[in-house]
Amino acid sequence: MTRIFCSLVLVINLLAVFPLPVAADGVCDDPLGCVEIGPDDPIVVGAMLVMSGAINYLGEDTLGGVELALLDRDETLLNHEIELVVEDSLCTAEGGQIAAQRLAADPTVVGAIGTNCSSAAQGAIPIISESGMVMIAPSNTSPSLTNADIAAGGSHRPGYFRTSQNGLIEGMRLAQFAIYALGAESLATVHDGDPYTSGLAGAVADTFAELEGAVVFEGAVNKGDTDMSSILTEIAVHQPDVIYVPLFEPESNFFAAQMQYIAGLDDTIILGGAASFSSNFPENTGDAAIGIYVSGPLVSGDAYEELLAQWVEEYGSDPPSGYHAHAYDATNLLLSAVEAVAVVNEDGGLTVGRQAIRDAVAATEDYPGLTGRLTCREDSPFAGDCSPGTALAVFKITEAEVFDDNWPPPLAWNFAVDSFD
Amino acid sequence: MFKWKTDEFSWVDFTIDVLRILIVLAVVVGAWNTLSSGRITLAQWVNLFAAGLSQGSIYALIALGYTLVYGILLMINFAHGEVFMAGAFSTVFLAEAFNRTGFLNEQPLLAILLMIMFAGLVSMTVAILLERVAYRPLRGSPRLVPLITAIGASFFLQYTFRGLYGSGFKAYPQVKILQGAVSIGGINIPIVQIFVFCSALVLMLGLYWLVERTRVGKAMRAVSENKEVARLMGIDIDWVIMFTFGVGGFLAGSAGVINGVFRPQGVNFFMGFIPGIKAFTAAVLGGIGNIPGAMLGGLFLGVIEAIGPNLVLAGLGIPGANQLKDVIAFTMLVLVLIFRPQGILGERLSEKKA
Repeated sequence: MTRIFCSLVLVINLLAVFPLPVAADGVCDDPLGCVEIGPDDPIVVGAMLVMSGAINYLGEDTLGGVELALLDRDETLLNHEIELVVEDSLCTAEGGQIAAQRLAADPTVVGAIGTNCSSAAQGAIPIISESGMVMIAPSNTSPSLTNADIAAGGSHRPGYFRTSQNGLIEGMRLAQFAIYALGAESLATVHDGDPYTSGLAGAVADTFAELEGAVVFEGAVNKGDTDMSSILTEIAVHQPDVIYVPLFEPESNFFAAQMQYIAGLDDTIILGGAASFSSNFPENTGDAAIGIYVSGPLVSGDAYEELLAQWVEEYGSDPPSGYHAHAYDATNLLLSAVEAVAVVNEDGGLTVGRQAIRDAVAATEDYPGLTGRLTCREDSPFAGDCSPGTALAVFKITEAEVFDDNWPPPLAWNFAVDSFD
Repeated sequence: MFKWKTDEFSWVDFTIDVLRILIVLAVVVGAWNTLSSGRITLAQWVNLFAAGLSQGSIYALIALGYTLVYGILLMINFAHGEVFMAGAFSTVFLAEAFNRTGFLNEQPLLAILLMIMFAGLVSMTVAILLERVAYRPLRGSPRLVPLITAIGASFFLQYTFRGLYGSGFKAYPQVKILQGAVSIGGINIPIVQIFVFCSALVLMLGLYWLVERTRVGKAMRAVSENKEVARLMGIDIDWVIMFTFGVGGFLAGSAGVINGVFRPQGVNFFMGFIPGIKAFTAAVLGGIGNIPGAMLGGLFLGVIEAIGPNLVLAGLGIPGANQLKDVIAFTMLVLVLIFRPQGILGERLSEKKA
């Protein structure tokens, strides 16, 4: 009920502030063209999610969020059925590119939810932007994706939005956590070259240095590496208090599991990224996961509890990761934008301007989503960022997560509530 | 030593000799810089060496499959990495079941033995089917044909197992008895690494005994030496070749379980590709077709990979040295091919056999 009310508020806001760019008689005058939906045709929503590979749980998690958002509307919008088309974007730039090409080739798709991985987003963004569509990502965090300065390594293009927090914000908060909560004086970071991991590692290192901590090692592993002894030995030479490791599985498992065998790292703490925030991580890492801190999304509130209950009813188990609420919000932003700008033709068909959808999403302000009050920004390096960045926490893995299938782990720090003062 | 001084001058020989000197210099300078800086402690060097030896044992077990097949058929079975994957991936489910029932930690050695037998049988079956379906019909055709077929078979096996078990990653459960470390001279050596090395050694010695001391081993050697003469002696060539594939497959499957005990994570349909290539490198390094050579090559490669980045590359000031671990492995392959094509223990083969 709360969620339906939130959606209504958004639609009313959008209708109030946003002029309709499509001529009232259904003739398209949108600069990017229009999606024409016949009277009996469905509104097609795309999704580019990681449906296979090591982190397919993230795709399942966010797909569930999208489906529940559709179910909340009885899979209907403006008297048209909503059809969801899911493409597997994997967790690679190539995967994102292919998924985006498939959606862009379909003129009936009004917009897309996705991608999960920042690397996949880098492949998808140019194609989605060129096609005039919008994509709203539920779990991308790489700072480069919202940086419009292409010469400085940014990859933002018009049409890209996300409901997940920017890595710059996450990095800043995790560096503060390392210094003020863990008492760390020295830090090592390890990434794997992926825009997600390198962006976060860089953001944490920058803030840690700004806070006058010593960044003693910044290194990388290759995707697919199984032997971490070499880099761990190099890190041990520098004796950091904390190692920030935002790696994906299975590299994060190998890293954590092999650390116990390297002399000189006995007192070093691992701080993992959200890529390790899944019940698979402690299960696959074993004993070595105990005591590791991992950052991850933390959503709370009555509306979210309703969603969780609905999830369990629909799928029979708990969500496998923590980005379903972000996906839910992303879907609502897209559908509300379509609802706000679509022109209902005399025959009951719809004409939806593509630029109008973009502008409607970009105009989102103070939208009461599950993950906080969303406002989409246009200023680089936050162009397309809609998340308030408050739904973030640090968790500490205990024996219960390793041996008793407990998930999520106990909270170590809730950035929405705890303060470093 | 320097051919261009004694024989007629050749720019190729000259360049190769200069390359030799440069490589030796780089290794010496890098190692000297690292060791003299004292950055890495003795305990850390021992940790690296032990990890390298364990990884090398796994390479060696897989490399034996390459070398056995090459020895008998003079072909490179590039699908052998997938034979390793087949055993490792299939057995992870058995390991999970053993763990769920508590059998894995109540009877760890028996459980691991059963897992090795199971993985060995799965990989043996895959290897035999591969030989029977993909390679036997091509026997006698130009050598490029089975090579390309092997690459195709490799992809076929990867995607078959992806279809069977999915594309996600699995992990072997931890064996509690193998956790922890033993202290030798104040330096901790992980028990699991000792276990990996010893189990691989037992399997390698078993193979050596099979080939050198049994009738079937004698038949394998005879077929390897000269198929026609072996046939005239009454040896069933087809059966011996199939048996050889089976033995190589069994060792690869066993390596899959040992690898799962050593590095439990990352079990998936693609896990055989890199170890397969590395094991092939190890087989060439030791002298392809030579069984002790494959063992030595595997161990050597594992140790060089583990120690090389920190010892040589970091000493030369190369950034991200640990990321160049694979470069070291494949550089070794190139260097062996340039300077000693027959490998460490290999013999120069006649034109017909090479």
